[in-house]
Amino acid sequence: MTSISRRLFLILVLTTGLVWLSAVVWIFLSTRAEVERVLDARLMEAGRMVSSLIVSQEISVDRAKGATAEIPVRVHSTYDRQLSCQIWSLQGELIGRSGGAPEEKLAEHADGFSQTEIDGEQWRVYAVTNAELGVRVLVGDNLRIRDGLVNDVIRGLLLPAMLILPALAGLIWLSVRRGLAPLNRIAHDLEHRHASDLRPIEDVETAKEIVPVLQSLNGLFARVAGLRERERNFTAFAAHELRTPLAGLKTQAQVALASEDRAIRDQALRQIMVGVDRTGRLVRQLLDMSAIEAREQEERGAIVLPGKILRSLAAELADPSRQVTIDIAPELDRIEFAIEPETFTLAARNLIENAVNHSPSGSVVRCRAGAEDGVVVIEDEGPGIPEDELPRVTERFFRGRNKVSVGSGLGLAIVELALGRSGWRLKLENRDAGGLRAIIAQ
Amino acid sequence: MRILVVEDDAILRDGLKVGLGIGGFTADAVETCEEAHAVLKNHEFDALVLDLMLPDGSGLDILKSLRDRRDDTPVLLLTARDAVSDRITGLDTGADDYLGKPFDLDEVAARLRALVRRAAGRSRSVLEWRCLRLDPSSQAVEKGGEAVRLSRREYSILHALMIHPGQIFSKRQIEEKLYGWQEEVESNTVEVHIHHLRAKLGSGIIQTVRGVGYRLGEEP
Repeated sequence: MTSISRRLFLILVLTTGLVWLSAVVWIFLSTRAEVERVLDARLMEAGRMVSSLIVSQEISVDRAKGATAEIPVRVHSTYDRQLSCQIWSLQGELIGRSGGAPEEKLAEHADGFSQTEIDGEQWRVYAVTNAELGVRVLVGDNLRIRDGLVNDVIRGLLLPAMLILPALAGLIWLSVRRGLAPLNRIAHDLEHRHASDLRPIEDVETAKEIVPVLQSLNGLFARVAGLRERERNFTAFAAHELRTPLAGLKTQAQVALASEDRAIRDQALRQIMVGVDRTGRLVRQLLDMSAIEAREQEERGAIVLPGKILRSLAAELADPSRQVTIDIAPELDRIEFAIEPETFTLAARNLIENAVNHSPSGSVVRCRAGAEDGVVVIEDEGPGIPEDELPRVTERFFRGRNKVSVGSGLGLAIVELALGRSGWRLKLENRDAGGLRAIIAQ
Repeated sequence: MRILVVEDDAILRDGLKVGLGIGGFTADAVETCEEAHAVLKNHEFDALVLDLMLPDGSGLDILKSLRDRRDDTPVLLLTARDAVSDRITGLDTGADDYLGKPFDLDEVAARLRALVRRAAGRSRSVLEWRCLRLDPSSQAVEKGGEAVRLSRREYSILHALMIHPGQIFSKRQIEEKLYGWQEEVESNTVEVHIHHLRAKLGSGIIQTVRGVGYRLGEEP
């Protein structure tokens, strides 16, 4: 896991350090160039000065002949000490030198600057030739001392940097922490929440960069809360709807236990069998319902051949004991449906089940293609639905006047919900010849 | 004791009807509010077992119209919902008791006996009149400490007379207590049962009030 604050801190410290470092390098280079320029100028000036002193006879070349004259140079700073001066005759005799200057010739070149090495020391030398007096003046700078000067400047820069950088790092750390405080607050808020607490996060004092995150998070909370609400409703529904059949089962069981009359006992046990079947179907439908509810809106991608599915449902749902048969029209094998197979199966199963349950003995449930394209029609010969109840039959647990004992009031609600999720819809109408016509339509 | 069960679930309705019958009640059962209203207009019951959720309305509507008519028949509500508010609404509308599904058949019977007893202004469950003793919970009858075996119909007649001692019951009222409205009643059955009761308990126990009906007799 990467921590934003650590990453931000590292980035900020590294970039700040880098900027500092390049500044130091740049200052180092420019300072060195500047120092060299200034010192070269001084060297040149000093050379000319000495040469002009000789010209004005203040220093006598003759006097210096034979014995090397010490040029009195006052020593009071490192700058003074570093300048060394030699006066040579054109014939190559050392006429005079300053204190601290080597006895060896500083340079062999004619006029101008050069760099030489004497006794392992680097020198920068300026030469002036005075042809009139026949002398050459060499003024030199010890480079070690020069570098020392530049290094002093750089050290002067680096030392505060070394002190300031940790302080800067501390400040950056604090700023990053402060900048990320809204995130921490949200994290803290979420961390201390109970699992059932799905209130939206309040966005007071939140940076606008976090608002989109907060909004998506709150959106998620709202969706989860909705889902939980539906689940809670479902549980309440289920508990409620299962209580009546359970009460029936228990009562019949008690009747069977209490009765000494065999006929009554057998009747009670038969009722228990029917009740268990019915309750089982109710449980299945409740689960179907909750499964559909949990599903998101479906894409209408899959292609379904209704004929095949309807035929397998027909084999399962026909009621031979009451001679109710299910007829599947052959044209259903030729049309295609853009719907999820499970959705179609679920809807068709409930519609056919309803039709069979409401069909009188010896009648036929007919499945056929509708007049419009891509429509399946399921017709029965039962009592139909009273017109005033038609708008309500898809309500959950609504059981109208023409109800059957196995009915739960959930079948049509499931059909409508399942089709709705797939972008289809259910149409119900009473047939002129009697019975109900259920249409799965676009 | 004649009970009307109003419940839309066929299996539960049948179970209550048969089960209460075994428990010594005479139970009728209907499925919808409409049927209940019709039956209640023409028949008298000792108590009602009323489901709250019915296909064509709420059991509370039946209860309300009953109380609006100043009918004090005790009402036991049955409901699948557990919310306290439902119970409060039910009791405030005029229900006498409340049972949540699923319930115990014996508890329904016991509560119904208690309701009928309280409606008659009694607090003790055992009915006593002179040397007679009738225990509704076990349907046992004793005379002078000795058990007397009665048929279901005979027990029902004696129970009706003992719970309201002194009150005169017409032959039709007794028939109502004995038979559900779907059952055929022969014209002289009440007389036959009274005859059997007198034979088992002594002739002075039940007095015939000429032209009116029967009541517990005033033995000299």
